[in-house]
Amino acid sequence: MFDFGIITNWINDLLVGCMPVWAATLIECVIIGVLILLTYTVLALFYILYERKLCAWFQCRLGPMRVGPWGLLQVFADMFKILIKELISLKGTDKFLFKLAPYIIITSSVVMLACLPWGRGLQIIDYNIGIFFILAVSSVGVLGILLAGWSSNNKYTLIGAMRSGAQMISYELSLGLALMSIVVLAGTMNINELVAQQERCWFIFQGWLPAVVAFIIYVIAATAETNRGPFDLPEAEHELTAGYHTEYSGIHFGFFYLAEYLNLFIVSGIASLMFLGGWMPFHIAGWDGFNMVMNWIPGPIWFLGKAFFISYIIIWFKWTFPRVRIDQMLALEWKYMMPFALVNLIVMAVFVALGWTF
Amino acid sequence: MAVKEPSIKSMKHEDFKDNEYIDKLVEELNATGANVAVGKLDQLINWGISNSLWPLCFGTSCCAIEFMCLGAARYDMARFGFEVARNSPRQADYIMVQGTIVHKMAPALVRLYEQLAEPKYVIACGGCAVSGGPFKKSYCVVDGVDKIIPVDVFIPGCPPRPEAMFYGLMQLQRKIKVQKFFGGVNRQEKIKDFFRQHPTEVGEY
Amino acid sequence: MSVKDCISKICPSATFEEGDILLVNVPAQDWHALASELKHNPELNFDVLTALVGMDWKESLGVMYYFTATSRNWEMISVKVAVADRENPYIHTVSDLWKVANFQEREAYDFFGIKFINHPDMRRFFLRNDWKGFPLRKDYDADPKLNPIPTDDEKNEDDTISYVEQEDGTIKGIPGKVFKEGDYVVNVGPQHPSTHGVMRFRAAIDGEEVKKVDVVSGYIHRGIEKLCESLGYPQILHFTDRMDYMSAHQNRHCLCMCIEKAMGIVVPERAVVIRTMMDELMRISSHLLSFGCTAMDLGATTAFFYGFREREQILDIFEKTCGARMSMNYNVIGGVIADLHPDFVKDVKELLAIMPERLKEYHKVYSGNIIAKNRMVGVGHLSHEDAINYCITGPSGRGSNWSCDCRKKHPYAAYDRVEFEEVLLDGCDSYSRYMVRMKEIEQSCKILEQLVDRIPEGDIRAQVPKIVKLPAGHWYTQVEASRGTFGVYIESDGGKNPFRVHFQSPCFNLVGVMDLCCRGNMIADLITIGAALDFVIPDIDR
Repeated sequence: MFDFGIITNWINDLLVGCMPVWAATLIECVIIGVLILLTYTVLALFYILYERKLCAWFQCRLGPMRVGPWGLLQVFADMFKILIKELISLKGTDKFLFKLAPYIIITSSVVMLACLPWGRGLQIIDYNIGIFFILAVSSVGVLGILLAGWSSNNKYTLIGAMRSGAQMISYELSLGLALMSIVVLAGTMNINELVAQQERCWFIFQGWLPAVVAFIIYVIAATAETNRGPFDLPEAEHELTAGYHTEYSGIHFGFFYLAEYLNLFIVSGIASLMFLGGWMPFHIAGWDGFNMVMNWIPGPIWFLGKAFFISYIIIWFKWTFPRVRIDQMLALEWKYMMPFALVNLIVMAVFVALGWTF
Repeated sequence: MAVKEPSIKSMKHEDFKDNEYIDKLVEELNATGANVAVGKLDQLINWGISNSLWPLCFGTSCCAIEFMCLGAARYDMARFGFEVARNSPRQADYIMVQGTIVHKMAPALVRLYEQLAEPKYVIACGGCAVSGGPFKKSYCVVDGVDKIIPVDVFIPGCPPRPEAMFYGLMQLQRKIKVQKFFGGVNRQEKIKDFFRQHPTEVGEY
Repeated sequence: MSVKDCISKICPSATFEEGDILLVNVPAQDWHALASELKHNPELNFDVLTALVGMDWKESLGVMYYFTATSRNWEMISVKVAVADRENPYIHTVSDLWKVANFQEREAYDFFGIKFINHPDMRRFFLRNDWKGFPLRKDYDADPKLNPIPTDDEKNEDDTISYVEQEDGTIKGIPGKVFKEGDYVVNVGPQHPSTHGVMRFRAAIDGEEVKKVDVVSGYIHRGIEKLCESLGYPQILHFTDRMDYMSAHQNRHCLCMCIEKAMGIVVPERAVVIRTMMDELMRISSHLLSFGCTAMDLGATTAFFYGFREREQILDIFEKTCGARMSMNYNVIGGVIADLHPDFVKDVKELLAIMPERLKEYHKVYSGNIIAKNRMVGVGHLSHEDAINYCITGPSGRGSNWSCDCRKKHPYAAYDRVEFEEVLLDGCDSYSRYMVRMKEIEQSCKILEQLVDRIPEGDIRAQVPKIVKLPAGHWYTQVEASRGTFGVYIESDGGKNPFRVHFQSPCFNLVGVMDLCCRGNMIADLITIGAALDFVIPDIDR
C-alpha cells in the first residue's frame, strides 16, 4: 500500500528547510486545522445527502432532485441557508452555557475525526492508547447535550437532555466492552498497530465467534450512542418536538445537525477500523494475485467504503424501526447487552489464551 | 448589476400566473441598484434560501392531510428540498398555515411566528387561512391569517390540491429569489410597519 | 313491564312523547334520581349515554339526553330536562353515572351556560375563559367588539369550580385546582407534531411517568353548530366534510339520512349502494392514514409512506367520481350529487386485488416488529366497562371487546344485505385498537367485494323540493364513521333553517379517556395512546 507518510514528511522537510522549526510547526498546525474542518464539513454534507437519498429509496421516493444534478447541490443550499439564519437569543436562558454547548459537541467530534486513519500514514493524532482516547473524547459530547438541554430553560430540552445522559452513559459501557474484546484479541490500543495486524485477515474473521458478537453489540451500542433511531429518544420528534436542541436556531442548530451526521461517520469509521480492517484491503491468505488486485484500490477508498457500508446499516435501522421507550432502552442495555458484552469479553480472552483464533 | 427575473427549474416564467407582481419587484430592485459583489452574494444566498425551505409542522385541519400527501411518495416534496419538516419553530423557515385559525389559536400562531428565526415566510394555505373560508361568519374564526401575521403567499382551495401547494411554494421561491438580503429587505422592520398599518385589528405588538 | 311504565313508576312527574325514539320529559329536580335508576335498574339498564345535547328553547334552557341499552338490542331513549332560569340554570350532573358526560357537560356549559351541580370541573371546554357570553344561546350578542381576536397569551386554566348543593337547598361554587402544588407540568400542544392537529394536553409528570393529563381543547373550534342555525339545510351539508375529514362521506351520509328521515324521502337503491361503497372506501382510507400516523408517531417513518401509497389510490377513485381528493361533498339530500365515473368498478376491483398483499406488507414492516409490539401491547389499558362508561365506540371500543358497531346494531344503507364480521379484540390496549383497524380494512374490502358487481341501475337522487323545509320536531340518527358512532341531532321549528343541529362526534369521547389511559404510563406512551385512539381534532372541536 502507498504510504502517505512520504508526502507529509516531504512537506515537513520543505517547511523546516526554509524556516525555523516553530514557524514550520505553526504552519503545519494551520494546514491540518483547515484540512480537518474542511473534511468535517464535506463529510457531514455528504452524509446528509446520503441519508436523505437512502431514506427516499426506502420510502419509494426520489429524494432531492431539483437542486443540481440528482439533487447533489441540495446540501449546499441548506448550508447557505443555515449560515445566514438568525441566531435567536432567548430570555431566561443561561447565555454562556447555551452558546457553549454546540461548540463542545462539535469539538468532541472533530477530535474524534482526527484520530481516524484514512490510509497508511494518513492520520493526524496517533496515540499508543488511541482507542481509549476516542472513547474518552466521545464522552465529552454528552456534556454538550446535557448543557444544551439544561441551559435552554425549556421542559422539552431538559427531558431530552436527561434521556440523552441516561442513554449515552449506559451504552458507552457495552460500546467500550465490545471494543475491549478486540483490544484483547489484538493486544494493543494503538490504532495504527490495530490496522496493521489485520493485514493477513480482518479481526472479525480472526476472532470469529466472539468478534462477530462484539461487532453486533458494537453496532447496536453505536446506534444508541449517536442518538439515532430506534434510539433517538433525546430528540424524539413526536414526543419532544426537537429534544435537546429545540431552542437552537441558525448555525448553532447547524452544529448539532452536522455533528449528528459526523458522529455517524465516526462510529462507522471505528467499526471499520476495529472489525473490518480500516484502510486495509481484503486479503485472503495464499491468493497472491487476488491480494495484489485488492492492493491496487487505495486505502482511503477501502476505509470510506467500509464506513459508508456500516452507516448504511445504521441508517436502515433508523428508517425501519419504531422508537423504543426509555425503560425498554435501559432494560436492553443493562439487562441484556452489558452482561452479554462482559461474557463475550471473557470468551474472547479464553479464545485468545487458548489460541483458537485465526 | 441588474436583477434578472427569477427562474424556477422545469417551470417557465410564462407558466406562472402573476408575473406582473414579480416584474414589479424586479423593477423596484433595479431602480435602487446594487453593486456587483453584493448582488452576487445576494443571489447566492437567495439561491440557498429558496432551495432549502424547511417547513414548520403546523396543521390545524384538512389541509394538513393534503400536506402529508405532499410529503408522501407520490408528490414527494423532498425533490425540491422542502422535506426537512422541523417541529421546532426556531429551525424552520416558513410556516404554512394549514387550516382554520380560531380566536383561541390566534395568540399561539402569532407566538409561533415570532419564534421563527429570520428569514421567515408565511404561506396561508386553504380557504380558511386565506379568508376564513366556509367558517367566515362564525363567532370565533379569524377571517384570514393576514389579519394577525404578514403573509407571503396565499394558496386558495378547500383543501388545495398538492399541485396547488407546489405552485404556491414555487411562488414563494420566486419571491425569495428577488429579495435583497444585504441592505434591502429587513423583515423585522417590515413587521413593525405592518402592525403600524393595521393597528385596529391586533393592537400593539 | 315496558320502559315507559317503569319510568313512570319511578318518576311520576315524567311525561312522554312518542316518536321513533321515546322522549321522556323530566323536571330538573327529579332528574338525578331518575338518571340513577336508568343506569342501575335492571329493567331499564341504559348503560350508554349516546348523546348529550345542550339546548336553548328560548323560554327555557336544557339538555336532551340520548341513552342506549346495549343489553336490550340497542334500544334508545331520549330524555329532555329543561330549566326556565336563564341567569343561573342548574341541572344535576350525570357525570358520576356516565363518565362520558364529564366533557359533554362542559361543552353544554361552554355553549349555553348551563351549570351542572356536582360536576367536578366546571370550566369552559372550547372557548377561552375570558370569553363573554354563551355563543349558542339564541340571545347571544355576536358583536365582534365584545370578543375581539385575542392578542394576549392564554392563561393556564388551573382554577376549577364545582357547584355543590348545600343542605338548605342553595348552590355554592367550590373552587379547586387542576394540578397539585409542585407538579411538574409539561405542555403538549397546541402545535405539536403528534397531537394530530391542534389539541393541547397538559401532563403532570414525575420523571418520565405521567400522573395526570388535563385536556385543553378548542384550538380549532369553529362554531359549526351555531353557523348551521343561520343556513339552509342543503348549505349545512358541507360542514360535515370538514369536521372529521377522514370520515367525510360517513358524516355527510349521517346528516343526509337525518334530513331524509325528517322529510320522509326514500333514497333510490343505486344511491344507497353508492353511499355504502363510498363509506367503506373512506373507512379504508382513514384506517390507512391512521396506520401511517401511528407508525410515524412511534418513529417508524417508512410505514407511513407505505400507508399513503395505497391511500392515494383510493383518493384517485374519489377524485374521478366526486371531483375532489378531500372534502368530497358527494352526498346530498335524497341521494348523491353525481353518478359514478365509468372507471369506478374497475378501479375498486384493482384496489381490492392489491389490498391483501399490501396488508401483509404492513404487518411485515410494522405490526410484526418487536419494538412496535413492545411499545403498544399493554399500553393504555381501557377495560370493557370503561369503554362503555366513556362511550368509546368505533375501533377503539372494539379493541376493548365492546361490540358497538352501528352497522350491525342499527343497520342503515346497504349494510343489512352484506356479510361482514364485526372485528372484536379483547386486548383492551393500544395494540388491540391498532389491530382492529387493520382487520377492519379487510372487512371493508369484503363489503366492497360484495357490492362492486351489484350496483343497481336507476336514479342517483330522489326528487327533493327546491326549498328544503323540515316539519317541526327533532330527530337523531347515527352512522358508523371511521372512528366510531357519529350522531346527528336536528331540531326544527318548521322553517328553512334548523333550530338546532348537534353533531355527536366519536372523537369527542375518545379524547375523554386520555387521562384515564395515560395515568401511570410514560410520556412516550401518551403519544402511543393518542395515536392508537386516533382522534381527529376538528371532529372534537367542531
